[in-house]
Amino acid sequence: MSAANILVVMRRELASYFATPVAYVFIVIFLVMSAAFAFHLGGFYEREIADLQPFFRFHPWIYLFLVPAVGMRLWAEERKYGTIELLLTLPITAAEAVIGKFVAAWLFVGLALALTFPMWITVNVLGNPDNGVIVAGYIGSWLMAGGFLAISACLSATTRNQVVAFILSVVVCFGFLLSGLPIVLDLFRGWLPQALVDGIANLSFLMHFDSISRGVIDLRNIIYFTLVIGFWLLANRIVLEIRKAD
Amino acid sequence: MLKARELTRRFGPLLAVDRLSFEVEPGTVLGFLGPNGAGKSTTMKMLTGFLAPTSGTAEILGHDICRDSLAARRVMGYLPEGAPLYGELTVAQFLAFTAEARGFRGEERARRVNRAVERLELGSVMGQTIETLSKGFKRRVGLAQAILHDPPVLILDEPTDGLDPNQKHQVRSLIREMSPERIIVISTHILEEVDALCTRAMIIANGRLLADDTPRGLLGHSRYHNAVSLELNELDRAASRLGELPEAREVEIRRGRLTVFPSGQGDLFRAVGKVIDEEGWKVSHVQLESGRLDEVFRTITRKEAA
Repeated sequence: MSAANILVVMRRELASYFATPVAYVFIVIFLVMSAAFAFHLGGFYEREIADLQPFFRFHPWIYLFLVPAVGMRLWAEERKYGTIELLLTLPITAAEAVIGKFVAAWLFVGLALALTFPMWITVNVLGNPDNGVIVAGYIGSWLMAGGFLAISACLSATTRNQVVAFILSVVVCFGFLLSGLPIVLDLFRGWLPQALVDGIANLSFLMHFDSISRGVIDLRNIIYFTLVIGFWLLANRIVLEIRKAD
Repeated sequence: MLKARELTRRFGPLLAVDRLSFEVEPGTVLGFLGPNGAGKSTTMKMLTGFLAPTSGTAEILGHDICRDSLAARRVMGYLPEGAPLYGELTVAQFLAFTAEARGFRGEERARRVNRAVERLELGSVMGQTIETLSKGFKRRVGLAQAILHDPPVLILDEPTDGLDPNQKHQVRSLIREMSPERIIVISTHILEEVDALCTRAMIIANGRLLADDTPRGLLGHSRYHNAVSLELNELDRAASRLGELPEAREVEIRRGRLTVFPSGQGDLFRAVGKVIDEEGWKVSHVQLESGRLDEVFRTITRKEAA
């Protein structure tokens, strides 16, 4: 696997993001929503606590819809316009293409996340927050976005229709998000052994994100998101091999 | 040398390409001819490494397309069917991307892109996004991308499809210009193109190779090969007189035109000329037919369907 090839794919993909209004629309909506949720639903001022908890709390829910919107085009568009044939007949391996595209989208989401820095400045002006916790929150949020994105990229490769890709991704991301909540676990509790139910509960994005965003950078949580990303990218590579010609 | 050995591809129950074997020498422009759905594009997709063959394989300049796909792809330039491109990018961005993907950096990249741009006369549209270009320009961008690395093997899927006559001419000149020393495989269903461009033609239908010959050789299969066509006033009288010649096998009148088919004995064209002189007919048009590719194509591919 060559890093140079991954970079070439990544740069092409980023150029495409910014060549269309998609990038700007996404960034603006993300910034508006994350701020609106933090102030109105999270009670950012009313709590009178200098931290970004009310800001990070809503990220899983914002990502649930926005990240599949970023990921849906990754492969579905290539398949629809036939450019996948161009891409995969260049001397680039499918794995390099999968990683390059994913990294481009992930950096793009990272940029949107970074542009929320005024929030961070605001808490620092208003009080003395624990900046370590805030950095952990940003890292956790970005890792979680990567998980959602890897799912979306893989499902985008299953179809040439971006709307289908979007809906499939939202459903699967929703499952991963909620797998720790009783609403999902109750479905399994009656008939699955407790060990498996615990396993399902442990797949929850929410649980892993929560502990990171409270400032606990536990290696296990980082490994968890890395594994989720790795697993879905591998699946993406396999789906591509099977479905690219359809 | 390009060698295909028993190349086969199935799509579920459909056998798209059925044990196709052939070899192509450098300096050849090979035309894949066949009805739609014959397996031409599928064959090209396998040669370029996009699709894995169900069985069989091919070698591109000694690189096996299955075991050594990357090396094979490096020596090939490919224009996929319909010339798909990233529409949101500018021509300059797109060509820079393909050049980098082919491993060219810095000055070398600029040099490669400039050369392809010159060859295809794309200079005026470099800053335009691809989706705003006309079909002719898009096709030329697709070709520029395929020849950028000066590949010894070029695979072009319907390179002139949908172009106007001037653009077709331009693309054909380019292909002809690049053909010495190179292996060029094109697919087409435009028969005149095979005659104008190819040094060898393969007729494929239902995934099988039905004929493999030079365009001239294929014309030899035509019923019209070496037939003589005339246009004159007294068609019926001329038909019965010419039909008596030992050199003629058959006479046909169609749309005011008389065609005499050769029996294989002697020189039909000379014999017909002699009769015209003897009878003193006023002939407005005489032509020795070289054969009709469309007729050969229909005969060969229909036989297969029956």
